[in-house]
Amino acid sequence: MPAPDRPGVTCPFCGLVCDDLRVGPGTRGLAVTENGCAVAARGFGQVATATTGPRIAGAPATLADAAAAAARLLAAARRPLIGGLGTDVQGARAACRLADQTGGVLDHMNGAGAIRNLLVLQDSGWITTTLSEIRNRCDLLILAGGDITSRFPRFFERTIAAPEALFGGDRQCATVFLGRGPQAGVTLPGPVEVIGCEVAELGQAFGLLRALLAGRPVQATSAAGAPLAVWQGLADRMRAATYGVVAWAAPDFDFPHAELAIQTLCELVKDLNRDTRFSGLPLGGSDGDITVDAVSLWQTGFGLRAAFGAGGPTQDLHQHATARLLASGEADALVWVSSFDPARTPPASTVPTVVLGHAAMTLPAEPAVFIPVGTPGVDHAGHLFRTDRVVALPLAALRGSALPSVAEALDAIGAALEGGR
Amino acid sequence: MLIRLAGGRVYDPAHGINGEIRDVWVRDGHIVATPGPDAPIDQTYDLTGRVVMAGAIDMHTHIGGGKLNIARAMLPEDHRRDPRPRTALTRGSCGHAAPGTLATGYRYAEMGYTACFEPAILPVNARQAHLEMGDTPLVDKGGYVMLGSDDFLLRLMASGAEQRLINDYVGWTLNATRCIGIKVVNPGGISAFKFNQRRFELDEAHPFYGVTPRDILRVLSRAVHELGVPHPLHVHSSNLGLPGNYPTTLGTIDAAEGLPIHLTHIQFHSYGAEGDRKFSSAAARIAEKVNSTPNASCDVGQILFGQTVTASGDNMTQHRNAGLASPKKFVVMDIECDAGCGVLPFKYRDQNFVNALQWAIGLEIFLLVDDPWRVFLTTDHPNGAPFTTYPHLIRLLMDKTFRNERLGLIHADAKALSTLASIDREYSLYEIAILTRAAPARLLGIPDIGHLGAGATADITVYRDEPDRERMFTAPEYVFKDGRLVVRDGKVVQVTWGRYHMVAPAYDRGIERRLEEHFARYQTMRADSLRISDDEMAAFGHGGELRTHPCRGGTP
Repeated sequence: MPAPDRPGVTCPFCGLVCDDLRVGPGTRGLAVTENGCAVAARGFGQVATATTGPRIAGAPATLADAAAAAARLLAAARRPLIGGLGTDVQGARAACRLADQTGGVLDHMNGAGAIRNLLVLQDSGWITTTLSEIRNRCDLLILAGGDITSRFPRFFERTIAAPEALFGGDRQCATVFLGRGPQAGVTLPGPVEVIGCEVAELGQAFGLLRALLAGRPVQATSAAGAPLAVWQGLADRMRAATYGVVAWAAPDFDFPHAELAIQTLCELVKDLNRDTRFSGLPLGGSDGDITVDAVSLWQTGFGLRAAFGAGGPTQDLHQHATARLLASGEADALVWVSSFDPARTPPASTVPTVVLGHAAMTLPAEPAVFIPVGTPGVDHAGHLFRTDRVVALPLAALRGSALPSVAEALDAIGAALEGGR
Repeated sequence: MLIRLAGGRVYDPAHGINGEIRDVWVRDGHIVATPGPDAPIDQTYDLTGRVVMAGAIDMHTHIGGGKLNIARAMLPEDHRRDPRPRTALTRGSCGHAAPGTLATGYRYAEMGYTACFEPAILPVNARQAHLEMGDTPLVDKGGYVMLGSDDFLLRLMASGAEQRLINDYVGWTLNATRCIGIKVVNPGGISAFKFNQRRFELDEAHPFYGVTPRDILRVLSRAVHELGVPHPLHVHSSNLGLPGNYPTTLGTIDAAEGLPIHLTHIQFHSYGAEGDRKFSSAAARIAEKVNSTPNASCDVGQILFGQTVTASGDNMTQHRNAGLASPKKFVVMDIECDAGCGVLPFKYRDQNFVNALQWAIGLEIFLLVDDPWRVFLTTDHPNGAPFTTYPHLIRLLMDKTFRNERLGLIHADAKALSTLASIDREYSLYEIAILTRAAPARLLGIPDIGHLGAGATADITVYRDEPDRERMFTAPEYVFKDGRLVVRDGKVVQVTWGRYHMVAPAYDRGIERRLEEHFARYQTMRADSLRISDDEMAAFGHGGELRTHPCRGGTP
C-alpha cells in the first residue's frame, strides 16, 4: 500500500522528535516535503533490502520459527544481553519483560554517551530546561562541545531562531560555541561567538568559570586552550544573562571521565541560579535512548544497564556496558535491536546473536537469528520521548507494512520461552 | 460466578454500616444484593471475625510522570535497600521511596488499596504519566492535570479573557490529557520562578502578567465548578514549607469564594513563626478554618521519619530547599512554558526540631478536623513518606497510647510546642473507612468504588481484626479487585491491570483554533499532539477499561 501524502507527521529519527513534517511517497522510500532536515530525509528514505523475511542461520524462516529459535538460544544462556535497543516505548516495554524473564541485562547502543549524563543525575543532579522555554526565554545560549546541528539539524530553527517569542519580539539571543563553530549554512538570529578550545579539556574551563563567578583568586592563565580573559568575558555574560542556557550532547564528550566535566558544568549552572536563572539542556534521545531508559526506569526502578536476577533488578553503569559484557564473555547471548537505523549493526562478538533489525540492515556477519522489524513512526504506530525527558509524542503508521514491531517480535520470543518451560 | 463473603464485620460508611455482621455478595466483578435462597453459590469465604471494607483509595499519590521518574533515576542507593525479586506471578522491580511502577502496584494491592490518583500531571507530560500508571498493576488510576503557571492560561487572564474562554481551555485540557481533575501548584509561582522570582505571595502581581495567585485560584475554581467537574480544584498553596505560611493558607481557602476547594498536603501549609526558633504549629488555626468552611476539604501530607524523596511541580520551593537535600543532590526543571518540577531526596529526622514539629502538626490536623469526610489520609507519597507507611500512620490515628509513646521520642522542644499529647481523639475503624474509601470516592465523583452497596465494583479488602492496627493494615487477608482474588495474606496471587478514571466535560471547540495558533507560534509541538487517544490509553493500560465519568450539568 503506497503511503499517502500527510502533514503533521512526527519524526522518530532524532531526539527533537519534531511533529510538523510533511511526508509522502518518494522515489526511494518516503520523502519529506516540508519541515525536513538531513536526518529526517535519510531516515524516511530508507528502503528494505531484497530479503525482508526472518532468517535462521541464513535460511528463510517464519516469524514463529525464528522466535522459537531465538527462545532456544536464550533458554541456553546464563546472562543474555538485550542490547542496541533502538526502539520506542512499546519495544522498550517488551525488552524489559524479556530481560526480566531471561535474567538479562539491558543496554542501549548509545549507552556509553548516555551514562555520562546518568552518572551526574545519580550523583549530584542538575537544573535543566526544555525546548519551548529556550525558544521563548533564552538570551544566552552556550553550546558546550560545539555545534550540535549535525545530530539535531533543526535545533536552532525550533528554538532561538523562531520568529516569535512569548515575552516580547525584541529578544535577541547570543550564541557561544565552545569548540567547533556552527556548520556552514546555519544562520543564527543574534551575535555569535566561537571560543576555540579543546572539548576534552572543557572540565577545566567549567571549573575556572565556577571560580571566577565565585570571585575566587585563580592561578591559571588559560583553560582548555583559551586564555583567561576569554573565560572571564564569558563568566561576565553568564552572570548578566536573564535566562541563560548551556546545551551539550553527551556523545561529544568522548574522553575519559567525561562525566566529571559534565558534572562541573551542571554545578556551574547551579551556582548561577543563586542569583539569576540559568539552565542546562542535555541533548539526546536519538535511537530511542531516552525512551528505553525512561521505560526501564519506571517499571523496574533502574534505567539503562539494569540487570535482572534472583535478587531483583540491579544496575551498574560501568560493569553492564555492552562492550565489556561481550569482551569478557559475561554475556553469553546477544539480542540486538535496531529499528530506526540500519547502519547500527551489532558489535562483533563470538556469542550467539539474535538481531531484530531495520529491514534495510545489511549485516557484516550472519547472526543465529535475524528478524526484520518495522520502524515506529513509519511502519507502525508508537511513542518516543524527546530529548528533554518530558514530552512523549505519538508516532503514526505512514504505510501498510507486514513487518512485525520490535514489541511483537520480542513478545513472540518471550511467549516461545514460556511455552518451552 | 457468585461469591459469598460470609459473616464478616462490615464497615461501609457510604451506607452508614458501622461494623455490622453481614454477608457481601459478588457476581461477575460487581457487588450484588443478597440473592434468593436458591441461587447457586460458586464460592464462599468464611469471614467470621474479619473486618470487611471496600478497597482503599489513595486520592493523592505521586506514582507516575516525569518528576517521579527523575526521582527514580536519582535514587539507586535507595532502590538497593528494597528489591522486589521476580516471582512466578510478579516481575522484578524495586525501590523504597520512589519504587518502580510494578513494585508500586503490587505493594498498594498488598496493603488493600485498589485505586490511586496521581495529583500533578503536566499537560505536556500527560502521556508519560498515563504510560507509567498503565504499567502500575492491580490498581485503578486517574490523574489531576496541572494548570496555573502555563503561559496560555496566564496570557488569557492577562488579556482580560472572559471566564467562558478559560472554562473552554480547562475543558479542552481535561479532555486532551484524559484526567479526572484540575490541580494548581503554587499558583503562578512556577512561572514567576522562570522570571527569577524566589517567593510569590497570594496577592502579589506576577512579574510579567500582572495577575495574582488569588486571581488564578478564583478563575480555576470557577472553571472546575462551571464545567461540572466533580472533583474540586485541587490546590497546592503558595508558600509551601515557609514558617508563618498559615495566613496564606487561610487566604487560599477564601480565594475559592465559596466554591469547592481541596487543599492538598495541608500540613506543609500550617506553620506559624512563633517561639525562639520562629517555627510553630498553626494546626489549630487551620483545622478551625476547615471545620468552619463546608466548601473546603484537605488531605494532610503527613511526614513520617526516615529517608524519602520530595518531588513536586513547585520548582520555586524545591530550589529554595535544595540545600536541605539528603543525600546532597537535586534536580530542578523549567518545563515547556507549561510548568516545572523539582526533585530532592530528603531524610526526616525525629531529632530535628523542624521535622519533629512537622510530624506533630500533621497529626494535630488529623485529630482537630472534625469531619472525617473532609480530611484525607495521605503522606503526599513520596514527599512526606512512602505510601508503605500508611499502616503505621493508621495506628498513630487509632491508638492514643502508641501515639504518645512516639511523641516521647521526638525532639523535646518540638514535643513541648505541640498540643498532641492533650488530644484524646482516636479514630475508629468506621472513620478510617471514611478517610480511605467512602470520602475519596465521593470527592472524586466516582459512584461505584469506595463502598459495598449493590452495583459497586467488587474491590474489597478483608483484614484480620488485630489489636495492632499497623499489623492489621499492613497485610490484609484477602483483597478482591473487580471480584477477583488478587492478594492473599498480603501477597499477590493474581495480577490484573485496573482501569483509568477520567472526565470529559463539554466545551466550545472554538478554543482549539486559538490553541493550535498559540502552539504553532510559541511552542515546539502541535497542540494536537497533546491529545491522547483512546487507542493510546488502551495500549498504555494493558487493555484496561477507560471509564469516563459524567460531569454535573454545568452552569450555562
